Amino acid sequence: MIQMGEFKVHRVRFFDYMPSAIRSMAFNSHTERLAVARADGAVEIFNFADNYFQEKVIAGRDGRSIEALCWVGRRLFSAGLEGEITEYDLENLRPRYSIEAYGGPIWTISSNSQGTLLAAGCEDGTVKMFEILEDRIQFQTNLSRQKGRIISLSWHPSGAQIAAGMMDMIKIFDSETGQATHRLLVDRGVGTSKSREVVVWSVAFLNDHTIISGDSAGKVQIWDGLTGTLISTHLVTKWDVLVLAISQDESSVIAGTSEGTVVQFQFLPSTVGQQDKFWVQTRTFKNHSHDVRALVHTDTAVVSGGMDTQLVVRPLLDKVEKNTQESALHKIAFPHRNLVSCAKKAGLLLFQFPDHLELWRLGESDRNGTPGESLPVKRKPEKLIQLKIKGEDHICCSALSPCGSWLAYATVAAVRLYRLQLSSSNVSIQKVSKLPRELKSVHQLCFSSDSCRLFASSSFSSVVVVALDQTDCKYLHTLKHKSGSKQPIHILSPSEDGQWLATANTDCEIHVFNLRKMKLHCSVPAYSSCPTAVSIHPTSGNLVSVHADQQIFEFSLKQKEYSVWSRQLQRQGLHPLWLQRDTPVTQITFNPNNPAHIMLHDVFMFCIIDQSLPLPEAKSKFYNQRILRSLPEPQRLRESHAFKACKNFQHLLSVNLLEDLSLVVVERPLVDIVCQLPAPVRQKLFAT
Amino acid sequence: MVEQAEIRVVHQGGSNITFREPAISSDSRFLLCASGHNVKVFSTVTEECVQELRGHTDLVTGVLLRPSNHLQAYSCSADGTVRLWDFTDGILIKTYVIGYPICSIYASASHDGVIFIATPTKGYKTLDSLQLLAVHLPQTAGQLVETSDLSAVLSDVSANPATVAFGRAGEYVASTNGVQLQIFFFKKQKSFRFSLKENSCSGRRNTFTCVACHPTDDCIATGHEDGKIRLWRNFDQKREYTYRTLHWHHSTVRALCFTPEGSNLLSGGVESVLVQWRYQQESQQDFLPRLGAAITHIAVSPDGALFCTSHSDNKIVLIQSCVKVSSIIQGLVKGEAVQTDLMVDPRSKALVLNGKPGHLQFYSLQRDRLLFNLDVVQQEFIHQEGLDQFQVVMATLDGAGAWLATVEERKQETVEAELNLKLWAFDEPSQSFVLNTTVSTPHEVRITAVTFDPAARGQTSLLVSCGRDGLFKAWRLAPPAHPDDGGPSWTCDFVSGYHGLTPQRCCFSADGSLLAVGFQEVVTVWSPASWELLLTLSQPPGIIRDLCFGRLSCSKFLLGTTSSDQLCCWNLLTCSLEWSTSMEVSLLLADPLSDNMAAFCHQDGNTDLFVFKPSEPRPLFSQKAVCSGRVSRAVFAPREVALESCEESSQWLNRSQLYFLTPLMDLLTFSTRAEEERLMTASKQLVVDDSVAMTPFQLLLGKRRPHHQAAVEDPAVRPPAERPVPPGGSAAVRELLQSPAHVLPAAAALCSVFMEALLGVATETRENETSAGETPSDPEEEEEEDSDQEMETRATRPERGLLETDSADPVLSRAQVRELRRVRKLDHSWFSSLLDS
Repeated sequence: MIQMGEFKVHRVRFFDYMPSAIRSMAFNSHTERLAVARADGAVEIFNFADNYFQEKVIAGRDGRSIEALCWVGRRLFSAGLEGEITEYDLENLRPRYSIEAYGGPIWTISSNSQGTLLAAGCEDGTVKMFEILEDRIQFQTNLSRQKGRIISLSWHPSGAQIAAGMMDMIKIFDSETGQATHRLLVDRGVGTSKSREVVVWSVAFLNDHTIISGDSAGKVQIWDGLTGTLISTHLVTKWDVLVLAISQDESSVIAGTSEGTVVQFQFLPSTVGQQDKFWVQTRTFKNHSHDVRALVHTDTAVVSGGMDTQLVVRPLLDKVEKNTQESALHKIAFPHRNLVSCAKKAGLLLFQFPDHLELWRLGESDRNGTPGESLPVKRKPEKLIQLKIKGEDHICCSALSPCGSWLAYATVAAVRLYRLQLSSSNVSIQKVSKLPRELKSVHQLCFSSDSCRLFASSSFSSVVVVALDQTDCKYLHTLKHKSGSKQPIHILSPSEDGQWLATANTDCEIHVFNLRKMKLHCSVPAYSSCPTAVSIHPTSGNLVSVHADQQIFEFSLKQKEYSVWSRQLQRQGLHPLWLQRDTPVTQITFNPNNPAHIMLHDVFMFCIIDQSLPLPEAKSKFYNQRILRSLPEPQRLRESHAFKACKNFQHLLSVNLLEDLSLVVVERPLVDIVCQLPAPVRQKLFAT
Repeated sequence: MVEQAEIRVVHQGGSNITFREPAISSDSRFLLCASGHNVKVFSTVTEECVQELRGHTDLVTGVLLRPSNHLQAYSCSADGTVRLWDFTDGILIKTYVIGYPICSIYASASHDGVIFIATPTKGYKTLDSLQLLAVHLPQTAGQLVETSDLSAVLSDVSANPATVAFGRAGEYVASTNGVQLQIFFFKKQKSFRFSLKENSCSGRRNTFTCVACHPTDDCIATGHEDGKIRLWRNFDQKREYTYRTLHWHHSTVRALCFTPEGSNLLSGGVESVLVQWRYQQESQQDFLPRLGAAITHIAVSPDGALFCTSHSDNKIVLIQSCVKVSSIIQGLVKGEAVQTDLMVDPRSKALVLNGKPGHLQFYSLQRDRLLFNLDVVQQEFIHQEGLDQFQVVMATLDGAGAWLATVEERKQETVEAELNLKLWAFDEPSQSFVLNTTVSTPHEVRITAVTFDPAARGQTSLLVSCGRDGLFKAWRLAPPAHPDDGGPSWTCDFVSGYHGLTPQRCCFSADGSLLAVGFQEVVTVWSPASWELLLTLSQPPGIIRDLCFGRLSCSKFLLGTTSSDQLCCWNLLTCSLEWSTSMEVSLLLADPLSDNMAAFCHQDGNTDLFVFKPSEPRPLFSQKAVCSGRVSRAVFAPREVALESCEESSQWLNRSQLYFLTPLMDLLTFSTRAEEERLMTASKQLVVDDSVAMTPFQLLLGKRRPHHQAAVEDPAVRPPAERPVPPGGSAAVRELLQSPAHVLPAAAALCSVFMEALLGVATETRENETSAGETPSDPEEEEEEDSDQEMETRATRPERGLLETDSADPVLSRAQVRELRRVRKLDHSWFSSLLDS
């Protein structure tokens, strides 16, 4: 525990959150959505048009391993080593259906540019063609069967040919007849790896019939697909080239390697102004410590992910304006949602892991100290319960009631509610057996502040309200709005007095329901950016929302209009340094002692907005807390502004204010994550 | 070459031949490099200097082959001129007067008649800001040409000439300065600038150090301070430019060069490894390691077969196709600083000083060649900055050159310096020094002086060393304690101190009967025979810096300089101060062959020289400002042949010559006018031929020798007095008559050559006779005769033809010349067939 000014801070570092490795990515350039598949089978959707906000998370499942993702229009398909092709329901955040391909493990899927066919490369050496129908896919044909597995596939943009990367070779098939037209033999590595088969991890078939391949011998090779001849070989790494990605205009190719580097090749003329171009190796990006397993080449950036679990967006500086928000490097290491629930009254923390939940009791200290001093702990924090889920599906959301006596979690299949009884010596947990039928397909769970209601967001942006009493629970009402949006609700925020419930969905809508009348009170005027945190002020009844583009709004629920402060903030604009932060605000809390204070946090800072102070000018110093402390009193008043940022805590997952006015800060240092990763491939370092 | 003073300071050998990038002639036979005020032409096969192009009056700052004529070369100099040379024959063709000091010169094949020079920007005195100018060379006749057609191409050019390069047949020029790359396209008249960040993420510096352009593709390679090489492409776009980074070098890339076909990129730096990158396959590299010292320049011959690398130890290495070092041209090795005194080896008359790290070099002043390096430290030198390695800090030779003493030390931050005293005996059979004795830690702390007894010979030699520990020690050669131990070795004979003061200097009198040791402010004089303190001399306050006994007639005097800027002279007979004067003497030297002494005085940032006799109050010679900065190393080198100058001011140079090193490590000397004149005539006697070694065969079979011989003579430096033609006829005839019969080819083969040679001699003598007292045989005419050999050079001929008509009328009429030629071309084989029969 630390004393920080007026607050005692519980600095929690015992949340062993471990993100899972990125296995595959697919980018939909029309909707600007990036789908990311992780090793635990989870699929995440990032909105690149909205500050790389993580809009949706589809929880994984034991035993599901996704090897490939593919967008067909707005539909998302995945395939994995369990041999099934799965389509996802992005509105209900669950798999819609799975189809067995009957070809053994599937290594890759790829759809043609017309969006009519989906090709799947299987372990048994077949390329299986599936017809994409309105509501499902249907097996159509097999291309001629080869010896050895099909590792990678790429369609020619015309759809007439398809290139398949295999062991030791690349085959080109005619997609009409299903016959192989060319066989390109890939050289094995030199030395000891001569005896090992070379794996063509990735192929790309360009419009001019050039084929680019990346293989396990560390080569990127460029072939002429018409004649089946090798044009050039670039040895990129001593290890494997795992993935290739081409830009939309086919002028640039990037290759991800086991060394964690991404190597760019560009199609350039040899002399200025000439027409004949050739592929030249140009830049190398090193943003990963481990294998780069997934790559996407957007128009302006290189998006890479791999074993080190981070998603890196590296803008290409020749495509974006320099020194803008767009040209900054983004690293997304933590989820953009809360995995921690806090029982404010009981001092309990609930940590959500993919396959279990942990309930902790916070430590205690009876001393007060000077600011910055760490206090001796009288009672150590203690893990009360570790709750393992039943079934294969992973947890998609969880909640702990403020009084600490209720615990709920949901998977794709079911919702479970538990009643906790905690005394000083023993802990008992009891499952509530009978739950109302309306509680299904839940994306978000939340308890009311008096712990007698449970809110669950359900399909079609509706909210199911369930009343809880000592023994059982009873369905009360389903709150619906009339906007017609089918997108899932990702934020539920009840007010302290129990009168309001604010919901936000990924269509950027915020609706406020009156819980007394059980009906829609109002909708906040739609803003183009998705809300990342929404909260209702306990005393003034104003709704504060922070959006993915870092804008802050305050909406008065009584007047049903933006508050004066919010208008003033919009007029003056936010400080550039505030807008340049690259992680969204994930939580808003209020200080009951000081109604003018809004407390919010993102991964790298914790900020208190004092609405009574003037807003910062664009030229003034934003992070000025340290300087202010050294100034004399009158000058300090003049210099201080509304945004009081604190960067003492890094990699914040959650900040909560307990009832006894002590802060709970949950940190997960990135170093701890990195040291739990497996060892990277060995690389010779200079002077070692 | 304006001579005002009777005695002037000249660069005497040992000039830096790696100051600028050398140029290789198109037939790969010659290597041109800037060397002090001259340009030297080396043969790439024999490593000999075949020509020295003299003419510039200041430092030569660039050499370049003329793109339109591969037999000519431009050189530029800080004296503000660009000179065009015929480098095979050593003829100065033209002098273009620019008027500003020139830092470097560039040319490209597509810009005919234009050269590019880097000069300081007007208004800036320093070399920080240069501009690149295009100079249109006027096509006017005459030797000295004023150029006025200058146009600025680029501003803000770095002073390092490696930072400018012309790309793809002169389509564009790339220049780097700091962290900025600037590219100017001549056709579009458009320039692009690309900047890097000052420091990369890991905090290493991104500064550009050199640049090279691919000959056919639009690709620019740049070297950086952190050892990276970037290959830039698409640089005709403001934003969509791109580059690839190659990283092998661990510290600064000093030189980059593409091979003429563009198939390889060569790079070098402090690692002393030549790296060859395959263009388009950059992950494959070839290395040529162990080149000896940091690479500073790389040049490639136009056919791409020969590479040459300049190194920081004043060495040019010629490499055949990146695999084999074919020859090494070594100049005087100049390290960071010369720590040993300059010495002259009595046997070889070579200058001895620090050379490569851990070595002593023996440099022949007469031949301007490095004789050999003596590895003193005998440890591997690691090419990395910031390492403490053993260095030779002191060396001394005894009077006969039979013994050499060296002191090496390794300075370390934390611990005391490691010291070794090594004694080397001259080994007659191998003609080199062999290690005899190693004394580790001869003194507790650093050694301040070592000196041999100059009078002692061979086995009785005596060495005295002084150390910071307040002791001086005498070392003598002693027979081994056990007969099995081998030969005699050196042991300590006597140790003494004086009131715990630190001895700074020691000096033997010329006959070895007295030893003077300066203990801070006190001079003590000892008798080496009995090791008895004879007398002490004290003088005005100040620590003794230098001590020196007078020689010959002045041997009763002991001279010393102090840190309080006093030069004192004691009379040892009266034990009193004879005279003293106040001057800041940085170096005091005694000439071993005369009673003269030289004192270098540091004053107002310049060094003045005074030469005086201790017995006379008036200096024999004084010169103000011989060079800027403090001179701390100098030596009197005995002459092989004494001069017979009668002029009073230059008499002191009669028996020995004074060499000194400037702070910039230039070796300078003093020369009299008589000497220079002699040198000039001597240089004309040099019969210079191509790189082919002089053999009787070559002399006889080499075609039309006499013409070459005549063409060698440089009209620019030719004095009015003409040297008479040697009476023996042409060299070929002489050679034929003097060579032993068994080395000559069959008479049948020789006959026609012999006849031709005789004819040639006849015409030449006639020409010379008629033009006696006038200008010699016109070089232009000779060239015209040569022109049927040099077909490529036709382009430049017409103006030469004009020039010929303007100049002195040829003595022979055209008809006569033609007749002569016809006679020469006659078939004389009938004569040989006669002989055969």
